[in-house]
Amino acid sequence: MPLSPSSPEPLVRLKDVHLSFGRNNVLKGVDLTVKRGEAVSIIGPSGSGKSTILRCINGLLAPDRGQILVGDTAVHALRSESARIALRKRIGFVFQQYNLFPHLSVLENIVIAPVRILGVDRATAEREAGELLARVRLADKAGAYPGELSGGQQQRVAIARALAMHPELVLFDEVTSALDPETVGEVLAVIRDLVHDGLTCILVTHEMRFAEEVSHEVVFTEGGEIVEHGAPAALFHAPRNARTHAFINAVSH
Amino acid sequence: MAIEQTLAAKPQPETQAQPVAVAFAPNALLLAGLLLLWGLAGTCLGDTLSVLWQWTPLLAQGLKMNILISLLAIGGGTVLGVLIGALELSGSVWVAAPARAFVALFRNAPLLVLIFFTTYVFPFEIHIGSVYLPFPDWIKATVGLALPAAAQVAEIVRGAIGSIPSAQWEASASLAFSRAQTLRWIILPQCFRRVLPPWMNLYAMITMSTTLASLVGVTDLLESAKNASNTVNRTDFTILVYLAVLTLFFFYCYPIALLTRRLEHKFAIH
Repeated sequence: MPLSPSSPEPLVRLKDVHLSFGRNNVLKGVDLTVKRGEAVSIIGPSGSGKSTILRCINGLLAPDRGQILVGDTAVHALRSESARIALRKRIGFVFQQYNLFPHLSVLENIVIAPVRILGVDRATAEREAGELLARVRLADKAGAYPGELSGGQQQRVAIARALAMHPELVLFDEVTSALDPETVGEVLAVIRDLVHDGLTCILVTHEMRFAEEVSHEVVFTEGGEIVEHGAPAALFHAPRNARTHAFINAVSH
Repeated sequence: MAIEQTLAAKPQPETQAQPVAVAFAPNALLLAGLLLLWGLAGTCLGDTLSVLWQWTPLLAQGLKMNILISLLAIGGGTVLGVLIGALELSGSVWVAAPARAFVALFRNAPLLVLIFFTTYVFPFEIHIGSVYLPFPDWIKATVGLALPAAAQVAEIVRGAIGSIPSAQWEASASLAFSRAQTLRWIILPQCFRRVLPPWMNLYAMITMSTTLASLVGVTDLLESAKNASNTVNRTDFTILVYLAVLTLFFFYCYPIALLTRRLEHKFAIH
């Protein structure tokens, strides 16, 4: 299907999504659209429901109310484990704490899901893993174990692990928040490349400058609601909402 | 009071397997050796040893039975225990509740009672179609030891699975693993090193508990020693033969305890 850069089709649509944990209303009617091939950054204070939105999109959490569509899949209506698995094959997820498998080498971390879940033959999976490691600039670390790597290196392996499934969408959950400042740049460089290559990405991030630079659209959440969304230049430099304005002022000074 | 103290000081299989008790074991053995020399002072040690040497093939036969029972009990107990430990964590209460009941039942049953139970409740042979399979006492005793071993293994496995961070489950789910696949490829391999030391501890305990089988007529090392002692009917030989039994168990179980301690140390550093 030809992709028209001017008006790409939406890949992810959230409509009026509500979710509460007990009496704690985490999401209070979230609407969000992510177009295919675009990067959307979600910014906002801690506890505003950013990570929860990502976990609803890949079915780790089920909303109480509302609709979540990924392509033609109605995520909110998925009931069986096998249906969620089919969805998750299409969606990569990169965690704040990397969550690599500590008992497996870097190479095994990357090939285990393609081999065990997709049934890709090992030789093909290993060749692809080698290419992915080169892409995240860790070609020499295939035999290392996660515990031997720096945070930034582990996070790049986690990105390669997600990409090995050939996802059409990758969710990044504060992937630089646990990193030393000097290693943040190497992870952001990898994500920047992915966005330029046309991968659809949703980034929950505190890296405002990076969000402004790579995103097609930025979303500001607070208190479980989307307060404002728009083009990065507009949202960061001319926010319409007072709460957005206050947040951006607070984090940029 | 004095009797209570004597009872308390009696070596228990459980305490023997623990590192502190293990450290004292060589001293205890030395003390026993001195007692033996004192007991034999009036008699000719060489003569007693040569009698013991004559009984060696029979004692070795008995020890083989203890080792066979212990290996089958830990093997069966491990397979069953891993399964039950995994079932205990099932989301379905219909699966988890029977598994928990099994563990609760067999962790709180005295070993000797279980061995008596399996010995006197199970038939002496099993009738399948036209085939009669013999069901000898030593296998019944093995079952009696394997069931509580399975319960212990289930607890060890459940604890290890619970100690793996939930983020590993989340990461696996995000890579489209099912729960069973996550358990098989991600969680259990990480549990292996955590369960190894307690599992080896359990094996040493089971090995020492195999002597209980002598009480239901299994000719194990203890039973063989008892037979030898009754036949020879000499106090110095009785002392020597039971010391030999203790020594054999010591040299079989102590290396396991040492290795367990070393592994615990190694994994603690990692």
